[in-house]
Amino acid sequence: MAQTYHTTVGSRRYRFNGLAELMAKATPPRSGDRLAGVIAQSAEERVVAQMVLAELPLCTFLNEALIPYEQDEITRLIIDEHDVDAFAPLKHLTVGDFRNWLLSDHATSDVLAAARPGITPEMAAAVSKLMRNQDLMLVAKKCHVTTAFRNTIGLPGRLSTRLQPNHPTDDVTGIAASILDGLLYGSGDAVIGINPATDNVAQSIKLMRLMDDVIQKYEIPTQSCVLTHVTNTLEAIEQGAPVDLVFQSIGGTEATNRSFGFDLSTLAEAEAAAQTLNRGTVGRNVMYFETGQGSSLSADAHHGLDQQTCEARAYAVARKFNPLLVNTVVGFIGPEYLYDGKEITRAGLEDHFCGKLLGVPMGCDVCYTNHAEADQNDMDNLLTLLGVAGCSFVMGIPGSDDIMLNYQTTSFHDALYARRVLGLKAAPEFEQWLAKMQIFQDVASYQLNDQLPAAFANSLRHLPKEAARDV
Amino acid sequence: MSDNKSKEALPIVITNPWERLRAFTDARIGLGRAGISLPTHQLLAFQLAHAQAQDAVHCSLECDTLANELSAALSLNQTPIAAHSQAVDRATYLQRPDYGRRLNDASRETLQQAAESGQRFDLAVVIVDGLSALAVQQNSVPFLTALYRAFENDQREWQLAPLTIVEQGRVAIGDEIGALLNADALLVMIGERPGLSSPDSLGLYMTWAPEVGLKDDRRNCISNVRPAGLKPEEAARRLLLLLNEARQRKLSGVQLKDRSEDSVLEGTSGGSTQNFLVAD
Repeated sequence: MAQTYHTTVGSRRYRFNGLAELMAKATPPRSGDRLAGVIAQSAEERVVAQMVLAELPLCTFLNEALIPYEQDEITRLIIDEHDVDAFAPLKHLTVGDFRNWLLSDHATSDVLAAARPGITPEMAAAVSKLMRNQDLMLVAKKCHVTTAFRNTIGLPGRLSTRLQPNHPTDDVTGIAASILDGLLYGSGDAVIGINPATDNVAQSIKLMRLMDDVIQKYEIPTQSCVLTHVTNTLEAIEQGAPVDLVFQSIGGTEATNRSFGFDLSTLAEAEAAAQTLNRGTVGRNVMYFETGQGSSLSADAHHGLDQQTCEARAYAVARKFNPLLVNTVVGFIGPEYLYDGKEITRAGLEDHFCGKLLGVPMGCDVCYTNHAEADQNDMDNLLTLLGVAGCSFVMGIPGSDDIMLNYQTTSFHDALYARRVLGLKAAPEFEQWLAKMQIFQDVASYQLNDQLPAAFANSLRHLPKEAARDV
Repeated sequence: MSDNKSKEALPIVITNPWERLRAFTDARIGLGRAGISLPTHQLLAFQLAHAQAQDAVHCSLECDTLANELSAALSLNQTPIAAHSQAVDRATYLQRPDYGRRLNDASRETLQQAAESGQRFDLAVVIVDGLSALAVQQNSVPFLTALYRAFENDQREWQLAPLTIVEQGRVAIGDEIGALLNADALLVMIGERPGLSSPDSLGLYMTWAPEVGLKDDRRNCISNVRPAGLKPEEAARRLLLLLNEARQRKLSGVQLKDRSEDSVLEGTSGGSTQNFLVAD
């Protein structure tokens, strides 16, 4: 039976029925937890829950599963793969001690990396609930997670970008135009990744070939990905398509992932299939995952947990399959889960921290929809904070406007702002390419070339002669 | 800006020579830059689009105006029924999708009274503000005019339930209304989540045998109905095809999905399938 937690503040006695309720009520406020009915009923109750949580021994999370072991393969994954030796330095700590330990000078980058297999998602989620934004940034910056395929992602002092050339009808010229725009603004080292307008195998293969042609012709040290369902990508691999990265949206409960139409065995099969293609040149990380708080509640698969704990559990899924990139699409889901810029910002920093602490190559789609209480200034703030925290990558899209998915994310210009203001560089292999192609006049001082680089000037001569699209 | 001029003589705003690619896409490419930042006029163009999209989310539906326009344009012999969800205001609506899916008590009573005769209908049309009252306000009359014309020309007869207009509603609120009105099929016309370049997009959702609690897999959707998107006549044509198939097979949703699913989109740029970046 779930344990009950009691405490008294002044004359008021508080009671929390079980670990899930304690975690939920200790969570900084957000609309999704309110919608789920798990949120603290008052500001005081929230802090009281945080105080009770701070006293909880970390090993409680190894003895009391938030979703029963028998019911959920992600719980089984977390428990079965927990490394007792790596946990040894932490096993005597409470959640509150754990925060102190993470912030202490003992917890160097090497120490944190060694502890990773001993830290469960629930421990990461729990401690994050006690941390201020600056704590989340400071610790995340110490967590170095490096991955590689045709370039190296996540090195300290680097900020990569996914070039996202989406188009509402997957038009070849429209997509190629956005790719060109992005490359000439120095974007695309994390991946060139398209969300297809029509989600089927034939369409995906067409887009994979389109991107592969560009990467080969210009010898770009980057990788491509079509963000289609994992089973579609598996079929594309069977048909001989040029698959660099396998995409899937993932959640932190088995039921969430089943609602997405896959389970852990599907991901294992996909990783193995992509590995057989041997398309990486400097590394073998072949998976690209996307996550986001609220997806489990949205699928009615949250088991009464708060949305941030569900999200952290998704990173256990991610780290099992050695991804090149994991992207929390933080503001996409809408205001019923994250209401405004403040909630989006907090969630982005939590996700990045939890991911990095667990050893996941975490990037963030710094974004919002038009029905959220957020704007470009909120995105500037979160982008800057994530850059400070050592975020692995952000999105890059023409003028912040995704004309296919109808939301706003960071632009090519925004990424250059973050690089300039924080002194961050692109992935080293890609940075060399930017210099070689004369896209930058001077990479070191972030000076773009004022002229059109020769290789691309030639391509523009091959534009379709038709005056314009038929609107 | 010739090559031999000194750096100081270069313009403050650098334009992008590939700006002309904008003829091939609505994406905001080739914006140019001041340093590495957006030029002022591009910054303001974006802010205007975002302001319009936000206004579309927060502006309220002018129900009476819309009802009068519809009555006149469609020669209705009964004024459309006005209904309201359980979401009392926009802030509640945005945070509580569950409230937006159900009628408030007064509206439920009104609809029960309207259906007192027990007459069955072939179709109930429900207009819902959704996330863009603007979309509903602007596109309802042209679309329904086209749809009513399509019904007149159809070989089958279509008995239509009284038109309903709902404030602060989500798609699923139509299920409750369709069931109350004894309708075999339901059409929900709803303002879609506004995009930066498309604050006025109307979505159409068709459901066979509506009842409370249905999931999305029972609905068929036609999206992006607006002047710069799917034209009303074409949307009406596609919807009538779906309705006739639903009526014949007595089902809707994923089982009714059209077979164009596996086709490859060829895009719209003059039929071009050639990637200019790798043309030589």
